[in-house]
Amino acid sequence: MFGTGSGQGGKDVAVAKAQQTKVQPWVEKYRPQGVDDISYQDEVVKTLKNAIQTGTLPHLLFYGPPGTGKTSTILAVARSLFGPEYRSRILELNASDERGIKVVREKVKQFAQFTVTGLEKTAGYPCPPFKIIILDEADTMTTEAQAALRRTMETYSKITRFCLVCNYVTRIIEPLASRCAKFRFRPLSREVMEARLRAIGTAEGASVTQEMMNAILTVADGDMRKAVTTLQSAHQFYGGSSSITPDAVREMSGGVPDGLVQSLWEAISTQSFDNLKAQCDEVEMAGYPTMAVLHRLFDLVVAEEGVEDAKKAVVMAGLARAEKLIIDGASESLQLLDICALMMRTFLGKNRSAGSGVCVSTPMVL
Amino acid sequence: MLWVDKHRPTTLAKMDYHEDLTARLEALSEDGEVPHLLFYGPPGAGKKTRIMALLRQVFGAGVEKTRLEHKTFKTPTKRTIELTILASAFHQEINAAEAGSGDRFVVQEVIKEIAQSYNPAAAMGQAGGRAYKVVILTEVDRLSRQAQAALRRTMEKYTAACRLILCCNSASRVIEPVRSRCLGIRVAAPSHESICAILNKVSKKESCGVLPEALAMRIAQTSGRNLRRALLMLEACRVQQHPFTAEQEVKVPDWEEYIAKLAVLLTEEQSPQRLVLARDMLYELLTNCIPSDVILKTLLRELLPKLDDQLKHEVVHWAAFYEHRVRVGSKEIFHLEAFVAKFMALYKAFVINTFGF
Repeated sequence: MFGTGSGQGGKDVAVAKAQQTKVQPWVEKYRPQGVDDISYQDEVVKTLKNAIQTGTLPHLLFYGPPGTGKTSTILAVARSLFGPEYRSRILELNASDERGIKVVREKVKQFAQFTVTGLEKTAGYPCPPFKIIILDEADTMTTEAQAALRRTMETYSKITRFCLVCNYVTRIIEPLASRCAKFRFRPLSREVMEARLRAIGTAEGASVTQEMMNAILTVADGDMRKAVTTLQSAHQFYGGSSSITPDAVREMSGGVPDGLVQSLWEAISTQSFDNLKAQCDEVEMAGYPTMAVLHRLFDLVVAEEGVEDAKKAVVMAGLARAEKLIIDGASESLQLLDICALMMRTFLGKNRSAGSGVCVSTPMVL
Repeated sequence: MLWVDKHRPTTLAKMDYHEDLTARLEALSEDGEVPHLLFYGPPGAGKKTRIMALLRQVFGAGVEKTRLEHKTFKTPTKRTIELTILASAFHQEINAAEAGSGDRFVVQEVIKEIAQSYNPAAAMGQAGGRAYKVVILTEVDRLSRQAQAALRRTMEKYTAACRLILCCNSASRVIEPVRSRCLGIRVAAPSHESICAILNKVSKKESCGVLPEALAMRIAQTSGRNLRRALLMLEACRVQQHPFTAEQEVKVPDWEEYIAKLAVLLTEEQSPQRLVLARDMLYELLTNCIPSDVILKTLLRELLPKLDDQLKHEVVHWAAFYEHRVRVGSKEIFHLEAFVAKFMALYKAFVINTFGF
C-alpha cells in the first residue's frame, strides 16, 4: 500500500509538497522566522541580538506560559547564528523523545562532544564554533536526567551551548538553573496579539469581526498559539461566516458558554439541592469540561460583591481542593456537585448544626 | 448483529441529532483538510460514530475496510506491550491507554513511527487518497501525563503527514498544551426526545410496529441519555415481550437493582450487623467486576432521593471524598465500606438530632 516505485516520479511528490504548504497549520506557517519577528518579548530579544552580533552565547533557560514564543525564539536564534543550514548545528529533544538518564548520558553527551570547526561558515552569518542542544519541555525531564546534565554542561561549554525551554522554572533543578542565563517570557498583550491576528487574517482571507476578535483574545489569555489555532478553527469550522458567536469561540477552545455558568450560578443561589443536582447533571450530560466550569466559577466568585471575603476564602479553598482531586482522577461530576453544594452552604450562611459543621471544615489529608 | 451496530449511521448526512454540529463537520470536510480534532462528551453520545462518518466523508468508503492487527512492542525496559490496532488504508485506531504504564512508549514510538513512515505521495494515487493519514486515539483522558506531554511536539512536527483525532469523555483530563493544539468538538448527550425519536425509527425499521410513547420515554430516562444503552435496552425489551406495550417493564441491569436494595437496607437500620451485611453485598458487587466508582455513584444516586436536604449536602461531600480515596488508594473495599459506615453514622446522628430518639 505504501509501495512508492520509482515510476510514480516527482510529480506526485510535487503535488504532495504543494498540498503540504496548503495544509500547514497557521501556527507553523506564521511562526516567526528571525529574531526581529518575535513579538512583545523586547528585553529578551534585545539581549539575544547582542549575543548574536558578538557570537557569544551563554547557556539559556527560557521559561514562561505556553504560546509565548520560547521555542520559536531559540529556533530563530539558531537561524540567525548559523544561517539556513542551522539544522546540522542543533540537537532538538522534546518530550516526544526518550529522554531518560540513559539518553542524556549517551546521545546528548555524544552530540556535545564532537567539535565543529569555525571553517564551515555560511556567508553572512556569524557561525560561532559551537552547537546548540535544545531541550524543549525540559520540565518533563526527570530530576535524575537533569542531574546527569550538570557536569556535561560544564565540561563541553566551549563547544556546546544548552538551551532549556520549559513552562515552570521551579521544576528545573537549581544546579542547572544556576548554570544558565534565565529569560522570562511574558504573556502577550492584547494589542500585540490583535495586530498579529489581523495580519494573519488578512493574509488568509479570513474576515474577523471585532466581537469575535475580543472573544479569541479573552480565550487565549496571552497564549499566541491558542489564539492562532482558535482563529484557524473558527475559519475552517464555520467556513468564514461572520455568524460566529463568542460562545462558539469559547467552546472551540474547550471553554464553557456564559449561559451555562450563569444558570449554575443561579441554581447555587437557590436553596434547593435537587435543583442544583439537576443543573450539575446537565453540565455533565452536555459534556463540558468540569475544569473549565471550575475556572469560570472562580471568576464569578472573585467578582461577586455581595459576599464577605472570609466566605470567599472558604470557597476558594474548596475550589483548589476540587481541582487537585480531579487531577488525581476523582470523578468530575461528584466533585462539581460537592463544590457547588459547598458554595450554596457558604453563601447562604446557613447555620448548620454541630454535627454537620464537619462537612465544611474537614481538612483532606492526602 | 446488534441493533446498535446495525443502525449506526455511516455518513454525516444520516446523522440524527445535533444538526448544527453535523453541518459544521460537513463544512470542515469540504476541502478535504481536517486539523487535529478533539472529540469530547459523555458516553453513548455518538462521538465515535461522528468520527467515522467524518473520515468517510473525507476519504470515501475505503475507511470502512478495516482490519484488526495485534502488535507486540518491546519497551527499552524490556517490557512487552500488546496493542490492538484497527486500521484501514487511511487511518489507524489505537487505544494507547491499553498499554497501561507503557503508554508513554506507545505515544513516543508507535505513533511517531506511523507519522514518519507514511508516504503521502503513494496514497495520493489511490481513490480518496490525501496527503495525510489519520490516527484515532481513543480514551486519551486515561493516558498518563507523560504520554500526553509526549504528544505535544509530535502533533506539531508531523502535521503535514498525520492528523490526530483524539476521543475522550472528559476534556479536563487532557492537558492544556494538547487541547490548545486541537479543534475541540463537544458532542453532548442526546436529549430524551431525540432518543425517543431514534428508538421509534429503529423499531419501525425492524418492523416491530409502533413503539408506545410512554415506553420510549421510560427507556430514554433509564438509559441516562446514553443512546447506546437505550438501543440495547430496546432490543432487550423486544426479546422480552413483543408487540410492545406501554406498561412493559424496562429491564435495568441486575447489579443496579442490587445496589438499590443495598440503599434501602442502609436507610432502614444503622447498626454493626447492617454494616456486615453491607460488606457482603459490596464484595458481591466487586467480585462481579462492577468498578468501585460505579458502585459508589449508583449508591449515591439511590440514596439521595431518600434524604433530607441538609443531609444531602453531607452525603455528597463524603461520597466525593471517598470516591477520590478509592481512586488513589489500592484496596477498594476499605473505602467503599468507610463510605457506608460514614453514611450510617450521619444518618443516625441526623435522625437523633431531629426526632430525639
